[in-house]
Amino acid sequence: MAIAALKTQRRNLVQSMFDEGVLDNQFNQLQDLQDSSNPNFVEEVISLFCNDAERIITELNRYLNDQNVDFSKLDSYVHQLKGSSSSIGAYRLKLACVNLRQASEERNMEECAGAFNSIRREYYVVRSKLQVLIQLERHIVNLENQQ
Amino acid sequence: MEMAVDKTQFHVLAVDDSLIDRKLIERLLKTSSFQVTVVDSGSKALEFLGLNDDEHEQRDSNSDEDQDHQDLGVNLIITDYCMPGMTGYDLLKRIKKSSCFRDIPVVIMSSENIPSRINRCLEDGAEEFLLKPVQLSDVNKLRPHLMKARSNERLFDQH
Repeated sequence: MAIAALKTQRRNLVQSMFDEGVLDNQFNQLQDLQDSSNPNFVEEVISLFCNDAERIITELNRYLNDQNVDFSKLDSYVHQLKGSSSSIGAYRLKLACVNLRQASEERNMEECAGAFNSIRREYYVVRSKLQVLIQLERHIVNLENQQ
Repeated sequence: MEMAVDKTQFHVLAVDDSLIDRKLIERLLKTSSFQVTVVDSGSKALEFLGLNDDEHEQRDSNSDEDQDHQDLGVNLIITDYCMPGMTGYDLLKRIKKSSCFRDIPVVIMSSENIPSRINRCLEDGAEEFLLKPVQLSDVNKLRPHLMKARSNERLFDQH
């Protein structure tokens, strides 16, 4: 049965994300808040998160490439990204933000650059996996509605 | 006199500058059967309540306009701590200074676990301090504060 196979795939994907630390328990909390009256809640939150994260990553990149790095602005942006990562359960991305905050506090430019690269990398990892998850979810819902 | 607000439901005013956190807190509160108003800043919260940012309230506490404030029926304010401009702490202080609204329970949320911050908020009148990300179990902790405030209100009304 196609739906069962898709559900298994979805379950395995989510499990692998937990196992790899890409997601943490907060993501479960999000899923628990979705119900028939709010069937797109998780997808909506993910979408808001991605738009926000991309905006912040662009800003971080800009500030890090300045002649005179404005560390307080940097910190403010990282704080925001850390907050939203934490809110959706993007665990490794949150940790990468903690590292950048640390490096920024120490005014260590090399560490900042490394930490920022981690942030970018972790963001793309979580985004691409969540996109697959959303596609699976939509596919399942379509098939269920056809029944 | 007909009350504009359904007395059986509690109305929570949520304040957070983060779009994602606003969405989350709204869902959390609605799932717990609260009526919710969400705003993105302390000054918008004050505006919603009909308070201005000034230190001194311009209305005297016995004026008719205050009755309108009561009909907004805000039973609890839950606010993020770290916000640009007016912080959650500033908002707490402002609410507690207000003769109309000082009895409304205020809950503070923060992503940072800083004991001195937590203690200061609690000492200055916050009912609870919640660490983000806020969970459904945290939201369930709010109801006793609301029930208590309501029964105090009723007690006051009888006198």
